[in-house]
Amino acid sequence: MHFRYGLAHALEDVSLTVAPGEVTSLLGMNGAGKTTLLNILSGLLKPASGQVLLDGAPAPKGAAARVRAGVVQAPEGRQVFAPLTVRENLEMGAYLRLRAGQRAAVAEDLEHMLALFPALRERLGQEAGKLSGGEQQMLAMARALMARPRYLLLDEPSLGLSPKMAAEIFKVVRGLPASGCGVLLVEQNALGALAVSSRGYILTNGRIRFSGAPADIACDPLLREAFLGPDQGAKP
Amino acid sequence: MPSGSALLQYAISGLTTGAVYALVALGYNLVYNATRVVNFAQGDFLSLGGLIMYSLLAAAGLPLVPALLLALAGAALAGAAVERLCLRPAKSREIMVLIFITVAASILLRGGMKHLWGKQALALPPWSHEVPLKVAGAAFTPQNLWVVGVTLLAILALSLFFGRTTVGKAMRAMAANPRAAALMGIDTRGLATLSFALAGGLGALAGVLITPITSLSYDVGLLMGLKGFAAAVLGGYGCFVGAVAGGLGLGLMESLGAGLLSSAYKDVIAFVVLLAVLFLRPQGLFGSKEGQR
Repeated sequence: MHFRYGLAHALEDVSLTVAPGEVTSLLGMNGAGKTTLLNILSGLLKPASGQVLLDGAPAPKGAAARVRAGVVQAPEGRQVFAPLTVRENLEMGAYLRLRAGQRAAVAEDLEHMLALFPALRERLGQEAGKLSGGEQQMLAMARALMARPRYLLLDEPSLGLSPKMAAEIFKVVRGLPASGCGVLLVEQNALGALAVSSRGYILTNGRIRFSGAPADIACDPLLREAFLGPDQGAKP
Repeated sequence: MPSGSALLQYAISGLTTGAVYALVALGYNLVYNATRVVNFAQGDFLSLGGLIMYSLLAAAGLPLVPALLLALAGAALAGAAVERLCLRPAKSREIMVLIFITVAASILLRGGMKHLWGKQALALPPWSHEVPLKVAGAAFTPQNLWVVGVTLLAILALSLFFGRTTVGKAMRAMAANPRAAALMGIDTRGLATLSFALAGGLGALAGVLITPITSLSYDVGLLMGLKGFAAAVLGGYGCFVGAVAGGLGLGLMESLGAGLLSSAYKDVIAFVVLLAVLFLRPQGLFGSKEGQR
């Protein structure tokens, strides 16, 4: 999945590539334009210029078409359907597949999700709004995975979580490429994200300032100070 | 002190109108949950359903059941048209603007119905015979039973729809978080149209049930729509259980108020209770603070 994007209020001449079977992280401070970028990739926003390429061809337009094509986002702040049960939330992740009559396959995937996130199993019948922050994040990721994404866009999955819970989320992210899924991980927790990524981009003020291997970002003292140093810790 | 049979009599008539208010209130809630719009054309769907049924029975000579189904379908189509032709093309996404578009749609619908069916009061025949039934000194018509029974069936069907079907769950998901719903590939625009169609059908159902008891004209839905809106607010706007409780509660209050005090104060009593509830619980009887359904 490749993306190029031109003049707009939030982003300028951004170009990034997410490869299948890899975790790519996109780092940057609050307001750098990361969420705008994800919403363009998800088809919620139209780019002013430039395009989103999927397997070398222009990606289909509209949010539903992107999901159908395998580009799925787990949005920032979990955004679970609070009054729906955990099971219903997971079903909604597979909405298009259920509408296409793939009941058996969806039921199978639901089992996989419960194996991946065992904490959700005993919560299946509970309202999603009653879960803890970490459980809601697991649910948001599982819900997105229920669509069987080829590319998963994760927006700030560790935000507001305890270090222990964040580590658990990163562990799951690290395991995702094994199934061939390409992951774009947007994070403020730069070190946590780089540790599970095989490629990294740094976005500031709507521009890509760095792209390369995670080790190069993490070890370069200038980059460390400029982009990662002041950005560790809680969201302002 | 009124006799037990008189109280029973008031309760029966209160439950009958209350059931109709509940149907109208459910229509308001459906649209609100899907779009956050208060649809002021809801009452007109009631008139439209009754009028279509009247024409199909009287002019076309259709039997009851096909006429009923066609009347519901006709009003559902009108509901979908309000969303597709009036709301969706609007450049503005401001809720206030959209609400006023529904006011305009209501005036248009009423004008159209006046043109097609005239101003005079029409009589929709009851669904079955008119011999009153007597229970413990209270008399009621079979139509009372139809109203309450069919309303219960409609409520059951709706709760199955929202609780069991994928589309129904998607409508709840969209009510809770429209942006996340869109990210799951849920067609939020299509579901907005569907919510208006369902609201049209529910309004029409209220119309074909109650107009054999009251009367039928192009503007019969105006007051019924307002009462249904009050019922929705009373129960907690957007809340499914609240609409049913609010509708039945309002109907009972009106009927008991009219019977025990004076029929002149019927509407006053109901609205005073409504105000009192809202002073104490602004979110309505069953509404949560955020107005989730």
